[in-house]
This record gives sequence, C-alpha cells and structure tokens, in this order.
Amino acid sequence: MKQELFEQRHQSLWNELTEQLDTLEKSRFRRQELPANLPELYRQTCNHYALARGRRYSPNLVEQLHRLVLRGHQQLYTRRGGWIWRLISFIAADFPQALRRQINYFLVALVLFLLPGVLLGVFCYLDQNLIYSVISDGEVSNMAEMYRPDNARTGRTLERSDESDFAMFGFYIYNNIGIGFRTFAMGILAGVGTVFTLIYNGVVIGAVAGYLTGLGYVSTFWSFVSGHSSLELTAIVICGASGLMLGRAVIAPGPYSRLDAIRLQAKQALPLVMGGGLMLLAAAFIEAFWSANSLPNEVKYLFGIALWILMICYFVFAGRSKEERRHGS
Amino acid sequence: MERPGFSELTDTVRTHETPEGIRLQLRMAGPVVRACAWAIDALIRIVLYGLIGAMFSFFGGVGTAVMLILFFLLEWFYPVAFEVTSGATPGKKAMGLVVIHDNGTPISFAASFARNLLRAADFLPFLYAAGLLSMLMNRDFKRLGDLAAGTLVVYKELPIERHPIPEVDPVRPPLELNVDEQRELIRFAERSEQLTTDRQMELASQLSSITATDPGSGVRRIWAFANWLTRGRQ
Repeated sequence: MKQELFEQRHQSLWNELTEQLDTLEKSRFRRQELPANLPELYRQTCNHYALARGRRYSPNLVEQLHRLVLRGHQQLYTRRGGWIWRLISFIAADFPQALRRQINYFLVALVLFLLPGVLLGVFCYLDQNLIYSVISDGEVSNMAEMYRPDNARTGRTLERSDESDFAMFGFYIYNNIGIGFRTFAMGILAGVGTVFTLIYNGVVIGAVAGYLTGLGYVSTFWSFVSGHSSLELTAIVICGASGLMLGRAVIAPGPYSRLDAIRLQAKQALPLVMGGGLMLLAAAFIEAFWSANSLPNEVKYLFGIALWILMICYFVFAGRSKEERRHGS
Repeated sequence: MERPGFSELTDTVRTHETPEGIRLQLRMAGPVVRACAWAIDALIRIVLYGLIGAMFSFFGGVGTAVMLILFFLLEWFYPVAFEVTSGATPGKKAMGLVVIHDNGTPISFAASFARNLLRAADFLPFLYAAGLLSMLMNRDFKRLGDLAAGTLVVYKELPIERHPIPEVDPVRPPLELNVDEQRELIRFAERSEQLTTDRQMELASQLSSITATDPGSGVRRIWAFANWLTRGRQ
C-alpha cells in the first residue's frame, strides 16, 4: 500500500487517539474513566506503527506514529487517581504488613540502636563525667538546663512561651524526619551510613538519658519523653531497618545482579521509610504540643505507656490477611 | 535500531519493548544536561528559601514553625511534587528532560520519592560525586537514586512538524530501488522546504546519474520520484 493511501485510511483513527490522549494527559490526579475504546485504538496504532516501519514509509510518519504509541503506552499502563484511598490503606495495612515481612532487618536495627543505648545509659548513670566524652560541654549544660526540675517549661531552652511550641514543632519536622530519610539513603553506601546513624543515635540518646537520670531529673526528663518516645524511637529503628535492606542488597545481592537487588530491596524498603516518616511527623506533634504540658506526671506516664501498647498492637495486628493469620497459627 | 552493533554500543537511545511487541525508543539524558537542570532548580530553591525566610521571620513562633516545615518540604519534596504532577522539575523542563520509569511509563509517587530520598547519598561526598560516578558506570546514566527507584531521565520528544512533499507529477524511478533508498528519496523531498535552494541542488547533484544532468531540474525530478513512491501513479 502506498503511504498516502495508508495515511488517508487511518488518519481519523490517529486523530481520535490523539484527542483522547490530550484529555488524559491534562490531569493525572483526577480519577478519570479511560475511554472504552482507548486500548483498541492504541493497539491498532501499534499495528500501524509496525507496518509503517516495516514498509519504510517516510521517517516523519514513522516518528509521528512512534510518538503516538509512546503516549498511548504511558497513559494505558499507569495508575490513576485514588491517592487518598491508597494513603489510608497504606497506614491501615501496607505499612504494618511491610514491617512484619522485614522483621529480621528491624531486629538487627533494634540491636544496633538499643545495645549501645543501654550500655552508655548505664555507664553514664554510674559515672557522671562520662557524658562529656559523648557530647560537647555546651550540649551537656543545655540538656541539664532543659530538664532542671525548676524549669517552668521542661524540654525547652527557648523563651518559655506557647509560641515556642510551634517553633519546636517545625524544628522537629525539619530535623527528625530529615534524619530518618537520611538514615535510609545512607544505606546504599553498603549500609555503613545506616549502621553509623543507628549506633550514634543509640549512644547519644542512651548517654543523655543515663546522665539526666543520674542527676536526679527523673520526674522532668522521663515525663517529658514518655509521650513521644514510642513513635520516635521506633521510627528511628524502622528507618534504620530500611537502610539496612539497601545495604544488604549492595553487600549480598543473593541470586540477583547487584543492580536488580538494589532495585528490589529499595522497593520493599520504601514503605518502611514512608511509614517511619509519618511516625516521626506524629511524634513531632506530640513532642511539641503534649510533652511539655504541665499535667501531673502520672497522666503523662499513662499516656506514654498507652501509646506504646497501642503502637505494638498496631504493628502486630493491623492489616493481618487471612494468609498471615494461618501462617502464624 | 534494526541493526544492533556499533550504534547500540555508542548511542544513547535505549529501547523498551511493550506488551504489544512495539519497541519504544528512549533518549537518555547525560550528566551535563542534568547538572544544568539541577543548577536551575537549585537557583529556584535558593530564591524560595530566601523568600520564605524573609516572609516568616516576622511571625514569631508560628512563623518559625511554618518556615521550618516549608524548608523541610522544599528540601525533600520539591522534586517529588513536580515529577509526580508533570514528570519534570522546572529545571528539567527548561532543559527538555522528563523522568519516567524504566518501562517507559510516567513516574509514580513511590518511585519519585525513592529517587529523591537517595539524593542524600548521591550528593556525597560533595556536589553529587557519588551520583556522577554511578552515572558513568552504567549505560543509562542512572544515579544511585535512579538505580534504586528504577527510573530514567530522558529527553522529552519535541513536537514534530510534518512537511508535505512538494507536489509535482509523479514519475517512476528509472531503476529498482530498495526500501532504504526509497526512504532516502522521500526524506529528501520532505526536508526540501527546510533547505536552501543551493543546498537542495547540491544534494540532488549526487543523484545526477538517475535524474537529469541539470541540478535545478534534478531537484524536481527527485520530488517526482518521491511523489510516485508515496502516492503512486495518478
């Protein structure tokens, strides 16, 4: 068939496909019904493209059809809309499921974080001078100042107003979630960055807790941290676990090529980082607007313990599928 | 494309085969053009940082909170927001680039988020040295983030203009041409409009053995062949 006849015969079909693609490309977020005949138009155009190439029609026509096929492919094989629903199902099921699947990485990260934390905590509790080998003098006096029992607003060194709650909220988001994300990213350096971050955080947090307890600031320090401790500490370990997964792909890719292993592991690790980020967001909220309040310590401890229990239940039970249940019992 | 071999090794065009058996062609973007895109984005971000910092420093604690949250979003989600909605950050758009999955489909939130989280590692130890090293070590110019997320940065196809073949009376070529030769004649006829008359004649004179001897009518002669090849006798 001559090129011109070919074009005349199919031009209307290509125009229809172009029009449909134009409307679809306008917005990816609105949930749109795909036109019923889009797949058919697309497959026919694929056919025309192959014919045009095979028959050596003009390069311009071939290129035009190639563009059309490319655009059709992009629209047909993409996921559209429904992101709010996906977010809800992520929190309700996907995230805890992902953590249960990767429980081994979580446990390794937990040990890397907890062991130095407990050790340094005990040592700093026993030896009040050891803290100066961990963090600088300025930071030590800052910490001591923040949790002094006669400090009207625990956990704050800023001017003691309600406004500082908001400022701290912004700071916790900027700082803590950023650290969580970086803990994941550094995992690609054979896991070294992640292991370092986990141990470093364990050492500093343990040392400060031990030191302040040793000073006798029990009621101020522990009541302040009890509220957000569950979410924040667990999120650090979860972000660490995701980084370890990346590191594992680099060090021991198993049956895959290293590149494939990285891609596979990153895909599996991503729900953990996203979930960790959301947990840190919630923790920032609690730390800024709850932890510094002046309610009786019993209430604060109770709140903290309740959150720990809720969180553990969430990770153990949320989104259990039938399969998982059968497997577990 | 049809002939794998040398061009496959040196070209930056990669093909992806779709379920329909069609091989899509994607043109990879190299480190230099991506660095330019990044620089444009960096400039935009610096300006935004400045504006946000200046605006919210007057609103006390709440202002500080909003400022820090915006800084956080700017640092981690600036590229994600643009890539997910339109496929490219303003810098990439300016350089004519777009980010896609390595199967040719538009980038999803998860992939965009992953590739941009890993910027933190790509940046190490300074100015994307790790990312550059990674880009030079694989065929598709993937930085670490692209490797992990399974994404590609490719050139966005520019809209093509089709120039019609100048209409003259079709003439059957004097000898049997194979398909590639036919295609070259058609391509010449389509491109004629973009060439100067001198250049047209210069190119046409290469074929003086099958056209007329006079270069001016040689051009018309080739158009006539092209007309015959695309439309047939009329």
